[in-house]
This record gives sequence, structure tokens and C-alpha cells, in this order.
Amino acid sequence: MRNFVKFGGLLAALIAGTSTAAAKDTFKVGIVTFLSGQAAQSFGVPAANGAKLLVKKLNAGEVPAPYNTPGMGGMQIEAVLIDEAGGATVQVQEYRNLVQREKVDVVIGYVGSGDCLAVAPVAEELKTFTILYDCGTPRIFEDADYQYVFRTAATATQDNVGLVRYLKALGVDIKTYAGIHQDYAWGHDSWVDFKAAMGRIYPEATVAAELFPAFGAGQYGTEISALMQRRADVIHSSLWGGDLQSFILQGLPRGLFRQAQVALSTADHVLPPLGNNMPEGVIIGARGSYGYMAPESALNTWWDAAYREAYDNVVPVQGPYRMAQALLGLKSAVEKAMKENGGVKPSSEQLSAAMTGLSWESPAGLIEMTNGKGHQAIQSIGFGRTQKDKDGNIVLGDILHFDARCVNPPADKKSIEWIEAGFPGADCD
Amino acid sequence: MNPILRTFGLAALGALVFIAIGLVVPAWFLFTMTKAVGFGLVALGLVGLLRGGLLSFGQGLYYCGGAYVSGLMANWAGVTDMIVLLSVGCIAGGLIAALVSPLVARYRGIFFAMLTMALSMVAYGVLTKIAAIGGSDGFNVPKPTLLGYHLAETGFGLYAIAVVIAALAAAVCRVHFDSGLGLIASAARENELRIEYLGASVFSVSTRSFILAGGLAGLGGTLNGVALGHVDPFFSYWTTSGEMVFIAILGGYASVTAVFGTALVTELVRSFSGQYFPESWQMLLGIFLLLVIVFLPRGVGSMWAKPAKNHAIRSIKEPAT
Amino acid sequence: MDLIFTILLDGLIYASWLFIVALGLTLVFGVLKILNFAHGGLYALGAYGAAIAVPFFAGLGMPEWFSLLAMFIAAAAVAILIAPLIERGLLRYFYGRDEVLILLITYAVFLILEDVTKMIFGVNPYYVFEPRNLLGNVEMGSLFYVGYDLALIGLAIVCGLGVWFGLNRTRIGKITLAVIKEPEVSQAMGVNIARIYLLAFGVGVFLAALGGAFTSPLISVQPGNSVSVIVVSFAVVIIGGLGSIPGAAIGALIVGIARAFAVYELPEAEIFIIYLVMVAVLIFRPEGLFTPIKARKI
Repeated sequence: MRNFVKFGGLLAALIAGTSTAAAKDTFKVGIVTFLSGQAAQSFGVPAANGAKLLVKKLNAGEVPAPYNTPGMGGMQIEAVLIDEAGGATVQVQEYRNLVQREKVDVVIGYVGSGDCLAVAPVAEELKTFTILYDCGTPRIFEDADYQYVFRTAATATQDNVGLVRYLKALGVDIKTYAGIHQDYAWGHDSWVDFKAAMGRIYPEATVAAELFPAFGAGQYGTEISALMQRRADVIHSSLWGGDLQSFILQGLPRGLFRQAQVALSTADHVLPPLGNNMPEGVIIGARGSYGYMAPESALNTWWDAAYREAYDNVVPVQGPYRMAQALLGLKSAVEKAMKENGGVKPSSEQLSAAMTGLSWESPAGLIEMTNGKGHQAIQSIGFGRTQKDKDGNIVLGDILHFDARCVNPPADKKSIEWIEAGFPGADCD
Repeated sequence: MNPILRTFGLAALGALVFIAIGLVVPAWFLFTMTKAVGFGLVALGLVGLLRGGLLSFGQGLYYCGGAYVSGLMANWAGVTDMIVLLSVGCIAGGLIAALVSPLVARYRGIFFAMLTMALSMVAYGVLTKIAAIGGSDGFNVPKPTLLGYHLAETGFGLYAIAVVIAALAAAVCRVHFDSGLGLIASAARENELRIEYLGASVFSVSTRSFILAGGLAGLGGTLNGVALGHVDPFFSYWTTSGEMVFIAILGGYASVTAVFGTALVTELVRSFSGQYFPESWQMLLGIFLLLVIVFLPRGVGSMWAKPAKNHAIRSIKEPAT
Repeated sequence: MDLIFTILLDGLIYASWLFIVALGLTLVFGVLKILNFAHGGLYALGAYGAAIAVPFFAGLGMPEWFSLLAMFIAAAAVAILIAPLIERGLLRYFYGRDEVLILLITYAVFLILEDVTKMIFGVNPYYVFEPRNLLGNVEMGSLFYVGYDLALIGLAIVCGLGVWFGLNRTRIGKITLAVIKEPEVSQAMGVNIARIYLLAFGVGVFLAALGGAFTSPLISVQPGNSVSVIVVSFAVVIIGGLGSIPGAAIGALIVGIARAFAVYELPEAEIFIIYLVMVAVLIFRPEGLFTPIKARKI
């Protein structure tokens, strides 16, 4: 029993030591993304690097207009970085810790759709302004309404609708197609969207194979054999990160990329590491107009240069771009709210009101919170196809952009119903 | 005083103390403690199995079973009362364990561990396939109520329920472990054949411990599903089961209360190292685990729950085989 | 016919990879009675080792074929550096303790290795392309296979036979077998048990690292590779019977072919086919396919 008392005392000391009040002139942002595990290299760490860089530049007021005022409405930004690893249950707890223990003002985070789904109701319960910066599932705002939760990036719907439109725009002839996706919600949802969109745009095409290797399988020899044996015209995949790189490395010498037109919905992030080992003629999506497909603007030129300068000349890909559009959206919302409340630090309610239906410029173009009752962003999306330039280096060619309203459902429609109904109201000029 | 009454009296006292503590600690800590109780309940079931010499690496299955059944009931039937949900979750966990037990109860050692793990992984695989209940993303669980009152606002209500459940479970386990049946389980750990020759059935003892552990896991799963407001197939993943084993071993099988403490400490270590060393928290967790094993090899519980003297006779170590 | 051939061949390639990794696991269990959780972490270290060694030797002007040897050197280096550290520095203090406790210790080692590896090598991927291009492509049935992948089958056979020969046909191997059966009597007869344990653990680490090294040309070497390896190799040794070398081989074959079959015919079941096989085998053979006979203790 004595030990128990000692133990209690220790805990009490631990708790007392950590509850520090947030200072008045700082704006504390919890940032949650993958720092370990599979998604660290491809999404998490680049996004965290992007966040660190942008926070530093914002604090110094070095970002081009209209973001050239220091910090957020004059407050210095203090970022608290958390690892997203461990699954939704750990994330719910860490979210509570960020809000209740670390007293952050807002939380930006979550790559995993499961994490987003689990955290959103908690954000609502704790009445804390929260930005989901990356996760793709349309379920979040289609199945529920939230006051405090926003997503500053488009859903995964546009990745696959856009991809099918891109195939059509390139004039790819498709009689059969196959899919290889990781066996979890992201993979299944991507395949469902792709199949539905194919059904509208290529109604004659049939499915030759659907494969669902386990997440992190690493070995794709069997899958590659199966894909090659079934001989589809197009192979669609939502693989990402290490799994995608392994798939490419293993499929390349076996001729997979010569036999079929491979279309990868979220592959821009493997281009910098793979470089010239990337096969030719592969269609690449980036989940937005990111990196190689970013539109020309002063903001993007600055962002690309700043990121390359800070991180060994590596091209920023979707992770840092998505983080940047979340942080810049937050800055816009904070400053809009402060204009209305007389210049004090805005409450979560004021932030929510300011963010609802907001639109702002990001390095990837205009972000508009039109869907999900003003809580869900839509944005333009770019696609490209790898090719060799005259020096023999692999570059992206055939780059096409689709307008946000061409690849995203109108505000009142559910994604899958919109696709199955033949994209009513899509504006594709 | 009747030892059973004494045990329950102590449990009631302990529950009151912890409910009082709950009134003064910050909200995040209240939540962490609630979650720790959820894990601790599963680990308590593991302690029961460990006393009988069985280690399950698949308690995630019953944890997940309880969480899914109660969560679906809350979503589909609109039942949010904690008493109903906890009972349903507990029964669901126990029932699944009862169905599985004829299959696993004759296994021992690493094979028991691996078979239970395989079963939980099959469940994980199947759950990720069922899109109607969210596939691998799982689904959200509505806010709980108790006899018509809403609980979620401060977290205190749920915490108080968790404390009561923990106290009750600990007391029931203490009484069970010290009963004739419980002692047979402990004896089975030392030498099964001898127990059989003495006329007791190791099979039925193991089955009973297994069902008890399943019920406790279902209880823990329900509590955590409701507290987190979200349930997904990860509840049944082997790393989740591994975490429970981790907590149970750290607690040791001498005590029925230690697991709740170790669950809490594990959560705190993970959370604080994740906060302050987001890039190396796994290493810190590993070092913490090593330190506990090196300095308290029989678990934290061995600090206060010393085995009775006659246990010393059998503590002569058998040679490694 | 063609389909069956392809399934078998794909399954065999996958099984070879599994076998190399599982062989080390089963050997360590057989001798030290430790189910080594850190095996996956050591596998990952082997992959990183190869990613460093291959370009290093290429930089020294070694011919291209030397990259295959460089992967062996990398695996050996991992074993020589890490095995004494873990076995002498930590595990030996826990021999004779509960198997579960030691399992937890190796789990702690795994957690530590995971972050240490990340600290040393960072999160950016490494690639080892050279070795896979050395052996050309082969047309088998209607498909192309990479010569390197087929060569892995040979490597697996060499590893298996090597360990079998080492145990059964050499003096030190026979001493090891004696230690497995009767550690105390062996010690009484003058066997230096500590040396045998270190050797067996070292060979186990070497095999884990070798598996990683020879997989590195197939994958992007980055954090997160280690976890999935652990559970599948656990499944293999459990199916085959813990501590049994032929068991690991048969277990790997069963798992490999079952998985290949699932990919072609039951893609929805691929995620849990390994566990289904494991449950099925354990129901009929409660201690795996190849079980050493044990005396009943009364």
C-alpha cells in the first residue's frame, strides 16, 4: 500500500508539472501526422517538414502576399508535433491530451481516414476547432454534421473521377481493366469510386482482376503474375508509399509497365525517391495540383523554392502541399475572425464561423470550402504521365488539370451517388 | 470477518477513493484513467489465464467482440445505457470465448498463444471486409447514458462507472482466484498431469478461465469503445492483444489491482514520450519495458501482493527444457 | 495447367523468402527457447546493411557480381555487431525464465531497434537495384520472371541445407544438438554453453539479416518494413513446429502456396489466409507439423 501512495504522489507531480497555461501572444497548433511506420516516409515526415518550415516562415512574416503578416493575426505560432501511429484509439486519446493537457488552440492533422472518423466527434465534444488536412474518405461530412471540424483538402473522390477523365482525355482505349489496392478502407473506396466512374465514362470496359494485398505486404510477385496473366488494358492502383515503390520495383523488370497502361491515383510522392528508376508511360495522380503539377503562381514559386532550400532540393509533394493549404487556410480564418471580433484571439466558435465557406489561395491554387455545409474543401487536380526527356531523365509530361467542380460532387450530393448518376452538375470547361 | 465480504468491502472503499480522486484530476487524466481501466480489465482476464499457465495473444478478439456488439447495438437499436451496453459486451466477449474454448483449451504455451492470435487475426481480416460496418475504418459509437442521464459532458460519469466496474471485476477475480477452482488453475500451471491424477479436469479449469477472460475483455472493449466513441477492426489486431499482454505481465499475476496501475502507467509513458519525443517514443517504451522486467520480473503487483509462504516450496526453478 | 504452374512457382518464390527468415527464428527457438520478436527488426537492419554495403563495394571498383557477395557481407556484419550485443548484453540474464517474459524482452528490443534504425538511417528510402539486374529475365509458362527472384529459391535451399549440415554433420553442430536436448548435462560434460548460445543466436541474426539483405533489391528500404515480417514468420514456424528445420520449410511452402492460391482465386481472403492455414494446421496437429517428442513430466 505504501508503494501505491508513492506511486500516486509521483503521478500527481507529473500531472501538475505539465499543465502550463498558454501564453496570450502565441497561437498553439497541435500537428498530428505519421512520424513512424509505413506512412512516415511518404506522407507524414514531408508534411511535418512542410509544417515546420511554413510555421517558421509565417512567424517571420516571410511568406508572400496575402500571407505576409507575421504569425496568425500577429500571434506567434507554436507547433506541437505528435506521431499519428498507433491507430484510431490512440489518436482519440492523444487528441484529448493535446486539447486538455497541452491546451492547444487548434489541431491540424490526420492522414488516416479511420483517425479522422474517430477524432471528428471528439473535436465536436471538446468544442475545439480542428482541421483534417489529408485523409480521403468522403464519409466524414457525408454521414455527419460537425460545427468545429473542417477538411481543407478534397476527398478521394476527385482522385479517381479525375483519373478516369484523364484516361479519356488522353484517348486511352480500354476494354478491360484491373485493380490492385491495399486491403483496407482506402484501397476499397478508391476501387469502388474508380469502378463507378469507369462505368459512366467507359461503359463497355470490364474488370479483369481485382487484387487486395495486405497493407505493408512488401512482396508482390504473385500479384504481378496474376495481373500479367489476366492482361488488362489498364491497371488502376491506389497503392502508396513503400508498398507502391516495392510494387513498381518488382513489376518493372517483369514487363508489367510495358504490358498495360498503369494508372496510379496517388503516386507523385514516389517520383522524387525513385527518380530515373520510375518506368515510362505511367499515369500519376497527386490528389491535387501538387508538386510537379502545381499551377504557376508567385506563392507556389516561393513555396517550391523555400521547401527545396530547406530540405536538400527535394521536390515538395502532396504531403507538404496539403499541410500548407491547411495552415494558410487557418491563417485566413484566424485573421478573418479577428477582424470581426476586434482583434483578440478568436474562440473555436469564431474560427468555425470564419472558416465556413471560406476560400483562399494556396500554392496548389484556390481552396474553396463549398461542400459539407461549408466544411469540406474542393480544389483542382492535376495528372501527368511519366516520359523521358531528351537527356534520358524521367519527367512528367501530358499534364492536365481538372477544375474543382469537374471532379467533385456539388455541395448537396453524396460522392458515390453523384458518380453513379453520371456526374450531374459537373462543370468541366 | 468473512474474507469474501472483506474483499468486496475493500473494493468498495477503493472505488470510493478513486471516484473522489476523479473529482480533482484534470479532464485529460480522467480520460486516460478510463481508458486504462478498459485495458486493465482485459489484462485482468489475462492474469486469470496466466495463473493457469496460459498466455493468450489474441484477447483482442473478445475485446473487439464486446466493442462491436455493444457499439452496433448502440447504433442500430439506439440503446445507449451503459448498464445494458456493458452487460451485452461482457456476455458477447464471454460467448465468443465459450465458442472458441473447445478449440483452444487443450493447447499450452506458445501454441495456445499463437492459436488465439491467429483466431483474432482472422476476425480482424473478416471485419475489415464488411463495408456495412465501416470496414477497416470502423464506426463511431454514440454518446453513452446511464438510467436516462447523459454521461459524456465531463467524462466524470463514465470514469465513475469504469472505477466501479474495475473494483467489481478485481473483487470477483480475487474471490475466484482464491477459491478452490482458482487454486486448481494455479496448480495446473505447475503440473497438469498431477492435477489430472488427482481427479480435477485441467480442460474444464482452462475453459472456465478462458471464458472469464473473454467476458472481462468484452467488458473492457465496450468501455473503451464507448469512451473513445469509435470502434474499428484494429481492436482485434495482434498489436492490440500484445499491448494487453504487456500490461498483464507488467502487473504480474500476484495481484488483481496491479494491472490497472500498469495500464495507466503504460498509457502515460506512451503519451508523454510521444508528446515530448515524437520521433523516438517507441524506444522509450522499449526501455521502460526492459527496466520493469529487470527490476520487477514478477510484475509490479509483486510489490504489494506477496505470495503466501507455502508458495516458496514450488519456487524452486525447474531447469529450462 | 498454366495457372497451376504459375501459382506453384509464385508460391515457391514467396516461400523461399519466408523460409530464409523463418529458419533463423526456428533455429533460435530450438537452441535458446526464445521466440525472438526482434527478428523483424534484424531483418530490416539486414536490408539497410545491404543498402549501404552494395554501393560501398561498387564505389571501391568491385565488379557488378560482387554486389551479391556484398549482401552476404552486410548480413554477416549485422550478425557480428548485433548478436553479441543482444545475446551477451541482455538475453543471457534471462535464460530459464518464463518463455513469455523473454518474448516481452525481445519485444522491447524490437521497439528499441525500430527507433535506433530510424535514427541511424533516417526515413528516406534506400534502394539497391544492382543485384536484381544481374541474373536477367526468364520466360516461364506465359510469363516473365526475374532471374534473381528464381535464384532466391536456390538461396533458400542452400541456407536450409547449410544449417542442417552444420547441425548434423559437424562437431560443433552435434554439441549444439546435445545442448538442445540436455543443457545441464552438456555443461557438466564440459560444453561451453554460453558459446553455443551465442553462436546459435548469431546464426539466427545472420539469417534474419540475410533475408532482409536479399529482399532489399525488391523493396524500398524504409521504416515500417519489419512489422509485417514478424507475424508471417511466426506463423510459418508455428505451422511447421517450433524448432524444426524441415517444419519451417514445409510451413513456408504451405503458406506460400496458400497465399498464391488466394491471390488468384480468392483475393478477398488474402489478408487472413495465413491465419486460416495456421488454425487449420493447429487443430489437427496441436504443436505444428513437425514436433520433437517430449517426455511427460509427472
